[in-house]
Amino acid sequence: MELESLYQEVILDHYKHPANKKLSSDYSTQVHHVNPSCGDEITLNLTLQNGLIKQVSWEGVGCSISQASTSIMTDLMIGKDTESALSVLDEFTALMQSKGLAKGNELVLEDAVALAGVSKFPARIKCALLGWMAFKDAISQSVADQTK
Amino acid sequence: MTQPIDVAALKRDFAIFDKKMRGGKRLVYLDSGATSQKPRQVLDAERYFYENNNAAVHRGAHLLAEEANEAYEGARQSVADFIGANVEETIFTKGATESLNLIAYSFGNSKPGSRFHLKAGDRIVVSEMEHHANLIPWQQLAKRTGAELVWFEITDEGRLDLTKISDVIDSKTKIVAITHQSNVLGTINPIKEIAAQAKKVGAVVVLDACQSAPHFKIDVKELGIDFLAFSGHKALGPTGVGVCWGKSEHLAEMEPFLTGGSMIESVTMTDATWAPAPRKFEAGVPNMAQAVGLATALTYLTKIGMDRVAEHDALLTAYALSKLIPLAGVKVIGPQNGVDRGAVISFTIDGVHPHDVGQALDGNGIAVRTGHHCAWPLMRKLGLVGTTRASFYIYNDKSDIDILADSIVEAQKFFKVN
Repeated sequence: MELESLYQEVILDHYKHPANKKLSSDYSTQVHHVNPSCGDEITLNLTLQNGLIKQVSWEGVGCSISQASTSIMTDLMIGKDTESALSVLDEFTALMQSKGLAKGNELVLEDAVALAGVSKFPARIKCALLGWMAFKDAISQSVADQTK
Repeated sequence: MTQPIDVAALKRDFAIFDKKMRGGKRLVYLDSGATSQKPRQVLDAERYFYENNNAAVHRGAHLLAEEANEAYEGARQSVADFIGANVEETIFTKGATESLNLIAYSFGNSKPGSRFHLKAGDRIVVSEMEHHANLIPWQQLAKRTGAELVWFEITDEGRLDLTKISDVIDSKTKIVAITHQSNVLGTINPIKEIAAQAKKVGAVVVLDACQSAPHFKIDVKELGIDFLAFSGHKALGPTGVGVCWGKSEHLAEMEPFLTGGSMIESVTMTDATWAPAPRKFEAGVPNMAQAVGLATALTYLTKIGMDRVAEHDALLTAYALSKLIPLAGVKVIGPQNGVDRGAVISFTIDGVHPHDVGQALDGNGIAVRTGHHCAWPLMRKLGLVGTTRASFYIYNDKSDIDILADSIVEAQKFFKVN
């Protein structure tokens, strides 16, 4: 059944027990993103140190897809350097745009491959990408701030 | 009680109900509050116009231009009849959003001295339950002119709080823009009472009839209002056509919104004068086939009888409330009974986000609307990120609501919240 292919167990687990979902008090960049079509919102704090992602924390409201996807993303990104973080992000974006044809590389995307089913539901892709786009924005703002 | 609508027979006019949804399931369409489905008669009328009468109206001396004119102006007459209006007061627009912007921008274009000219010290009244289309044009007009924007709040039951009506609609008030029926709560507002207070202070009343005109009999004169807007596509008609009605004394005094071809009386290189309404407000070649389609849709509704449509809606609303309210973990937003309530039911399910509810229902062929329903300030007031909304129309019956209720329970099981 299609519903189960969309909502894999790992997604529901992350939804019920989201990782890093408590804004840290110290951060180098804070971003706030909104999905205007549904009203979902996210605030994300990023700590970037010498090109390394030290900390990503967040707070927000949204559907299980957006909440689980953000949770998975933070788990993936913490500890990576910006370059490899952005390449993971590109790989995830490509998976979301695959219209259900790609399965995703588990070695790179880990739990995020559970979101592959979202790519069959065009209306939900923006849900899955909300946290990732906030993260991307935070990285570019952080990098811009540090090169000022 | 009139003869009930024979839904099974009526559905045969709507080809879309032959469509197979995910998993081969039948379509349970509960999203008419967003847009209605279209009967074959409407589609045929558009096609007939294009294949037999198509020409630009109000131009040209040929037979087709004559026939196109007749079809378009005939459509205007049908729309006017549908709302109890005079034909020269009935303006075609692209939709209700354009209708409301037309009024707001026209007022904004008025010169000092005009009764529609707004300035600091004037007041515009709206309500907390407005759709963005009947909030933002007024909010921005207030910003541009310095007028004050005030609003009616809603009660815990989801009705307009009119206890301080004479403080809200006071002597400073120039415009009262209000929805006839909330697209989220289903609440039907007491327009005559509001219009009476507005009349006392000399304010004009703009009525957003998007959710009401397709569902029950409207008579603009009886309501005591000054302007009315609705969209064709929620009333079985095509997209791209809407209606703006205004009293002729107002339309005569108002400035145009869009300028260009068709709407003029005379033009020189440095100046122009305007054609009388409704032409003054219909710049460019209008959406002729869509107007003809809308007239056919309204004729289709009139043939059923708007009283029967309203009774059918009331029956389904009462049935849906009786099925949804007792469900554990389900909260119906807005009035909990069918009194002054239209065929729109918003609800939340504890522990399941509206998007996930919508997705689960989609798995059973059910089309509902999820999210903030273009009424973000109302969502904030209710303390919600969004709701799931089921809305009913002439092609729905009790079996649709049974499937909805069963699917809600199924979704609760799937997301493990009960």
